[in-house]
Amino acid sequence: MASTVAEQGEEEQGEDQERVGGPRRPARVGRRARVGRRARAGSAAGRGGNRLTWRIRLRRDKSLILMTLPAIGLLLVFNYLPMVGTVTAFQFYDPLDGIRGSEWAGFANFRQLFGDPLFWHAMENTLYISAVQLLLFFPIPILLALLLNSVLNSRVRSVIQAITFLPHFYSWVLVVTLFQQMLGGAGLLNHFLREHQLGTWDVMTDPHTFALLVTSQVVWKDAGWGIIVFLAALSAIDQNLYEAAASDGAGRWRRMWHITLPGMRSVIVLMLVLRLGNTLSVGFEQLLIQRYAVGHDAADVLDTFSYYYGIGTQNYSYGAAAGIFKSVISLLLIWGANKLAHRFGEDGLYRK
Amino acid sequence: MTTLTAPPARVAGRPRHPDRPTWEEPPTVAGQGAKGLTLGAVVVLILLPLYCVVLTSFSTPGAINRAGGLVIVPDGLTLDAYTTMLRDETVRRALLVTSGITLVGTAVSMAVSVLCAYGLSRARSLGHRFLLLVLVVTMFVNGGLIPTFLVVNGLGGFGKYWALILPSAVSVFNILVLRSFYSGTASELIDAARMDGANEWRILWSVVLPTSRAVTAVISLFYAVGYWNTFFNAMLYLPADSQKWPLQMVLYEYVNRGMNMPGQVNSGYGVAGHSQTAPLSLQMAVVVLTLLPVTVVFPFMQKHFAKGMLTGAIKG
Repeated sequence: MASTVAEQGEEEQGEDQERVGGPRRPARVGRRARVGRRARAGSAAGRGGNRLTWRIRLRRDKSLILMTLPAIGLLLVFNYLPMVGTVTAFQFYDPLDGIRGSEWAGFANFRQLFGDPLFWHAMENTLYISAVQLLLFFPIPILLALLLNSVLNSRVRSVIQAITFLPHFYSWVLVVTLFQQMLGGAGLLNHFLREHQLGTWDVMTDPHTFALLVTSQVVWKDAGWGIIVFLAALSAIDQNLYEAAASDGAGRWRRMWHITLPGMRSVIVLMLVLRLGNTLSVGFEQLLIQRYAVGHDAADVLDTFSYYYGIGTQNYSYGAAAGIFKSVISLLLIWGANKLAHRFGEDGLYRK
Repeated sequence: MTTLTAPPARVAGRPRHPDRPTWEEPPTVAGQGAKGLTLGAVVVLILLPLYCVVLTSFSTPGAINRAGGLVIVPDGLTLDAYTTMLRDETVRRALLVTSGITLVGTAVSMAVSVLCAYGLSRARSLGHRFLLLVLVVTMFVNGGLIPTFLVVNGLGGFGKYWALILPSAVSVFNILVLRSFYSGTASELIDAARMDGANEWRILWSVVLPTSRAVTAVISLFYAVGYWNTFFNAMLYLPADSQKWPLQMVLYEYVNRGMNMPGQVNSGYGVAGHSQTAPLSLQMAVVVLTLLPVTVVFPFMQKHFAKGMLTGAIKG
């Protein structure tokens, strides 16, 4: 729980630093440093400090910097280098010629992409599944956390919490296999239906209810994780407020409406911002695993689209173009969701 | 569940957790019942599949036949599925591969993450804001699937085990968690160590690490679970060679997709013939093998999780 909360704090802090000390707004750094942080002047990569302190600091901190290098190196190779590699989306990339030798395509890949009905179908599926998850998955951890919080016996509470948390650590292959055994054609549900002459319903291969199936899998696997986050928010609410409200005659529901929900508000908004920012990522592995069972018509989303039509057919540039499209829209969504959070007077992912 | 419906007039167990505050109105029977039912249903929904799978893996073919699929009521138990499974060359190989990847991967990830987290945790050290920015950016922007695939392939990762480890070795999330704990390590302790002439490496090893065991354990387990669950990277980089498959790949191919297990009699490996699918008990044994380590390790994780939380609360 602590790590989640700590992480949120960190993330905000990191963002904050991006805002204050990042290279995007150097003018502001200078001003701030002059005004309030004389002691820290020059902390942002040596900018603004004088040469001598910079050198002394380098001598003092060189082992600290050295320690970060392995991680930074791995990130440079496996995260930043691929960012550079996105230029393949503007090429007719040929693995034999490499990025340097491949022919430039301009926006040809994007034009083809936007004219591709399969792509728009994947987009549609993505948005649909995402909307279903937002409506049906998002509230469940909140409700369960409220319910669990009202259980007085701490032993019962922690046991239930542990049980709901457990599936978070199972792989998607495992989760889908378990669902298959329960709800599939040869699974427990259909065995029961057959025995009672109720016909059969192979949930795993029914494209019409696929979004519901996917959502219930997410609930099964990840509701426990959300519960932990929301329970942390609940435990941060001042208990005296409840007593004061009760002595003023506020009943159970009024206390929930006027104390509990406002107390959870910022965490709910934060989770909502993250959810909205991830609108276009709806469980890549999860859908990939089930694609053959339910068919690509129901299971193709943006991520699996760029996998199948990029790597599967070795049309790398085409898949990369779909990837870029997704990244850009996702960033816009995070930005927009944050704007919305600010509108409501919340911090969201980063402060204004 | 019985305690849920216990009468409200119960005496408080521990002083810090009074069962019910005096100002709170007594619960209604209907409310308590609904609460108990909901939570009971949640627990059953999570545990029932696990129970059925484990029971089926221990059941005799006869019991499975009589049940017509997954077994719910014990009816003839045997260890046959497990002895068959452990004789199967592919499963044994996959178990070895997954264990190796989990051990090596966790070691690499932890070494890199602990160093980086400590390196960034000292306030006012040179450049730590810039380096932190380099880390955080990757949480929001990434090159995407295909450019990453091309980079790993370009470095010769296709068909190599390191392709399952190095691209995902650094979790910025985990580094930030570690860093926030290290930042909270009492600065008097660190200053004292520095006075005694310890350098940063020594401080990390002898002061910071011993005082943050709980969070180190939790993060190691996070990484370990991630490597144990490696699936998609194997599908990307080791698709053809079943000798190199990790356990999750085997689970996917032989249980999820119902392919025939190569170690089985009348091996028709590669033929998607559902008629030749391995017996259900054997399939379920593979499922149990995959979920067992995670489930066994989980209580420890839970414990340290709570402990780490406590330390964090005190420090905060």
